[in-house]
This record gives sequence, C-alpha cells and structure tokens, in this order.
Amino acid sequence: MSEQKDQPRSLWKRIAGGGSVALAIAFVAGIVVWGGFNTAMELSNREEFCIGCHEMKENVFVEYRNTIHYQNRTGVRATCPDCHVPKEWGPKLIRKIQASNELLHKALGSIDTPEKFNAKRLELAQHEWARMKKTDSHECRNCHNYDYMDYGEQGRRSSAMHQKGFGEGKTCIDCHKGIAHSLPPIEQDIGASKAGTAAEQAKPAS
Amino acid sequence: MKTTLTLLLACLFLGSAPLRAAEEFRPIKLQSLRGDTPVDKTNEAEMFKQEKDRAPLPRDFVQQPPLIPHSIRGYNITANFNKCMDCHAWSKARQANATKVSLTHFKDRDGKELANISPRRYFCTQCHVPQTDAKPLVGNTFEKAETLKPQ
Ligand code: HEC
Ligand code: HEC
Ligand code: HEC
Ligand code: HEC
Ligand code: HEC
Repeated sequence: MSEQKDQPRSLWKRIAGGGSVALAIAFVAGIVVWGGFNTAMELSNREEFCIGCHEMKENVFVEYRNTIHYQNRTGVRATCPDCHVPKEWGPKLIRKIQASNELLHKALGSIDTPEKFNAKRLELAQHEWARMKKTDSHECRNCHNYDYMDYGEQGRRSSAMHQKGFGEGKTCIDCHKGIAHSLPPIEQDIGASKAGTAAEQAKPAS
Repeated sequence: MKTTLTLLLACLFLGSAPLRAAEEFRPIKLQSLRGDTPVDKTNEAEMFKQEKDRAPLPRDFVQQPPLIPHSIRGYNITANFNKCMDCHAWSKARQANATKVSLTHFKDRDGKELANISPRRYFCTQCHVPQTDAKPLVGNTFEKAETLKPQ
C-alpha cells in the first residue's frame, strides 16, 4: 500500500528534482532563442535594413523618396516593411524565409547594377502584384480602411472610382500600381514596341 | 578779345564734358523676372499646392490645350510608362470617366494617322498644365476668344 503511494511520489520527486533544472534551462534558452529570433525579425524589419544594400538604395529608394508615403502634409509615413512584410506572425515568417532567396541573389549579384535591376524589374513587380492581389492588398489595408473613407472629402475621381471599384470587388493594387516606385516597362502601344513586356496582367487597370 | 574767346570756349568745354559723360554712362535700369539673382544661383520656387479635383475648366480659345482639372502629383511620364494614358487612352477613358485624348494627337509629323497617340504627344505636361492660384508675373490684357464668350 505504501509502495503504491511511493510510486507516484518518486516520479514527482524526480521531476521536481533533476527535471526542474532542465526545464528551467530549457525555459530560459527558449526565451533567449525566441527573443533573439524576434529581435532578428525586428532588426531586419526596419527601413535602414531594407536600404542597407545598394541594390535597394540606388533604385527603389530614390524613387520612393518622391512619393506621398515618404513625405507628406502630416508626416505619417509608410516604410518599406509596412508595405512589403505582413504584420501577422505566420505570413511574416514565410515572407522572411522567402527573403533568404533574395540574399542568395544578393550574393550572386543578380541585380547589382541599375541595368540588371531594370531587366529584372517586371518580374519583381509581378511577384508583388500577385502577392498583394492574393491578400486583397492586406498591407495597404493595415493603414487604409475603405469602410472609413469619407467620399465627401476625397477628390471627384477618387470617390467615384472607389465606390465603383469596391462595389465590383476590386482591391487597392488593381488601381494603384506604381504607388511607391517607378513602374517597369509596360506596353501601351505608343511608338516603338517595348519588346517582350506586353504582359496583359501588368497593365494597371483603372 | 582773343582771351575772352578762349576763356568762353574753355568754359563751354569744361562745363559740357562731365555732362556728356554722365549722359553716356548713366546705368540702364533693367531688371528681369529673375530679380538680382546671379546666374549661378537659382531663385527659390514658391510653394504651390495642387488644387482639388474639379470638373473640366472652360477654354479660352478653341485651339487651347485644355487645362488639367485634377492633381497630377506622382504621375510619372517615363520611357517605361505614361501615367496619363492609364486613364486617358481610348481603351481606358470610359472606365476612368476621363476625356479621351484628342484625335489630333494620333497624327505623326508626316500627317499619317496612327492607332494610338503619336510619340510627339507623349509628354502631355509639355502642353497641358494643372491650375494653381499663382499671381501673374506680369500684367496682361488677354481676353477670351469672342466665339467662346457666353452669348
Ligand atoms: C503605414 C501606413 C500605410 C501603408 C501600409 C500604406 N499607406 Fe497609403 N498612405 C498612408 C498615409 C499616412 C497617407 C496620407 C498622407 C497624407 O496625405 O498626409 C497615404 C496616402 C495614400 C494615397 C494618396 C495619394 C495622394 O497622392 O493623395 C494613396 C493612393 C495610397 N496611400 C495608397 C496606398 C496603397 C495602394 C498601399 C498599399 C500598397 C498603401 N497606401 C499603404 C499610409 C499608408
Ligand atoms: C477602381 C480603382 C480603385 C481601387 C480599387 C482603389 N482606388 Fe484609390 N484611387 C483611385 C483613383 C482613380 C484615385 C484618384 C486618382 C489618383 O490619385 O490616382 C484614387 C485615390 C486614392 C486616394 C487619395 C484620395 C484623395 O482623394 O485624396 C487614396 C488614399 C486611395 N486611393 C487609397 C486606396 C486604397 C487604400 C485602396 C484599397 C482599399 C484603393 N484606393 C482602391 C482608384 C482606385
Ligand atoms: C506604399 C507601399 C510601398 C512602400 C512604402 C514601398 N513599396 Fe516597394 N513596392 C510596392 C508595390 C505596390 C510594388 C509593386 C510594383 C509597383 O506597383 O510599383 C513594389 C515593388 C517593389 C520592388 C520590386 C521592384 C519594383 O520596382 O517593382 C522592390 C525591390 C521594392 N518594392 C522595394 C522597396 C523598398 C526597398 C522600399 C523602401 C525604401 C519600398 N519598396 C517601399 C509598394 C511599396
Ligand atoms: C486616375 C485617372 C487619371 C489620370 C492618371 C489622369 N487623368 Fe486627366 N482626367 C481624368 C478624369 C476622370 C478627367 C475628367 C474630370 C472630370 O470630369 O471630373 C480628366 C480630365 C483631364 C483633362 C481635361 C479635359 C477637358 O475636357 O477639359 C486634361 C487636359 C487631363 N485630364 C490631362 C491629364 C494629364 C496630362 C495627365 C497626366 C499627367 C492626366 N490627365 C492623368 C482622369 C485621369
Ligand atoms: C503639343 C502639345 C500637346 C501635347 C504634347 C498633348 N496635348 Fe492634348 N491637347 C493639345 C491641344 C492643343 C488640345 C486641344 C485641341 C485638340 O483637340 O487638339 C488638346 C486636347 C486634349 C484633350 C481634350 C480632348 C477633347 O475631346 O476635348 C485631352 C483629354 C488631351 N489633350 C490629353 C492629352 C494627353 C493625355 C496627352 C499626353 C499623352 C496630351 N494630351 C499631349 C495639345 C497637346
């Protein structure tokens, strides 16, 4: 009877004794790894990191500096990660893993001159358009919520197109391509053809 | 007599010399719209605000490039993409509620009609400009063409 009582107690003792140390270590290690991981995620989620490499600084950043999300009346800004990295933990992690592919291409020098960058630009832009289309322009909607748009305050064209567009189930990126950067070559059938870039899906819809 | 004459002449000569010099070298008061800014400096541009979108503005003569009745902030016209044609192209205008580009823009310099605007009309803002309430730099007496005045 006493032995039956002893059995669970010794198990408990074992856990309470040696186990707790291991557990404590695991717990602390967990915090360190988790914290470090999150710190890394955060550090790599700042504008300075994004434009730390000249590929971004000399191309997309200079263009972005002339746009409303860099400088405006109220001084409220949208930085690179605000538009390019999801805020939610899961999608953010996935995007960061994809970014390791970008680091590979950084090492390979795939876009390390403006010429190479511009040659790749259509493809890069199409990836972003596809991503935003799939998420119903989630990053834009983190800041802009069309339920709260005051159509009386908006311009004639904005309010007309928004009411029509949202009614038809359109999303921000359908109409607002090139909001932060210069667009890649897009065929508009004016003058000489821009060979090879006619992709219909690249044409910003209005 | 002789001395009086020379004295008189001398007086005349001496008296008129500085007068003539002043006439010749008086600085000409000329000022351009640049003001006194030296050529190697640029005048600070005034702050202009893009005006709110509105209905198309009345024209003052029939050949006038219509004024742009909306903001064009951030509308780039680059070798890659012409933002204006995103709404004003014939294929886009209906959806965007915009005026179609004029048919006159479809003619190339040899008078040949094209299927889309001629490259010589590519840079829209060369002729079409938005409005601001800027003060006129010089006065003028411009009047609307008779035919466009309300009867
Ligand atoms: C971090 C918040 C944030 C994000 C993310 C963001 N925006 Fe904005 N956006 C702003 C702010 C703030 C302004 C207004 C600035 C002002 O007028 O003072 C603005 C202005 C705009 C304007 C007005 C442009 C003009 O010329 O008046 C458009 C269009 C726009 N955003 C579209 C987008 C789109 C499309 C996305 C997604 C790709 C996006 N925004 C993502 C904050 C954001
Ligand atoms: C059907 C096309 C369409 C869709 C979809 C659309 N927009 Fe717009 N938006 C426009 C047009 C056209 C304008 C006015 C012209 C311009 O600035 O390019 C405009 C203007 C704006 C402005 C400036 C408003 C003002 O008048 O000051 C903001 C901000 C904006 N859009 C944000 C968004 C956001 C955020 C989304 C997604 C939730 C979105 N738009 C979806 C067509 C669209
Ligand atoms: C307001 C949202 C917004 C901000 C802020 C923004 N981007 Fe973008 N970015 C976009 C969109 C939308 C695209 C898709 C292409 C397009 O429409 O121009 C894009 C495309 C890109 C591309 C692909 C190449 C291209 O030009 O299409 C790169 C690289 C890029 N962004 C980097 C950056 C960097 C670096 C920053 C910060 C300096 C930044 N972006 C800030 C919205 C944004
Ligand atoms: C987002 C769509 C859009 C873009 C981009 C756009 N426009 Fe417009 N534009 C319009 C609309 C819509 C109207 C008609 C205004 C109205 O009725 O409210 C208009 C009107 C005009 C008019 C007046 C036509 C008339 O009959 O008097 C001119 C000129 C014009 N735009 C030139 C331009 C130029 C130049 C650009 C490029 C810098 C440009 N637009 C870019 C939508 C656009
Ligand atoms: C060389 C000067 C010039 C350039 C460049 C130019 N336009 Fe025009 N545009 C005019 C003149 C002049 C008119 C009025 C007479 C006419 O219809 O030709 C006009 C008329 C228009 C109209 C009104 C048409 C109507 O039915 O009333 C629109 C819209 C327009 N232009 C848009 C554009 C756009 C968009 C571009 C750029 C792709 C452009 N224009 C480039 C001179 C120019």
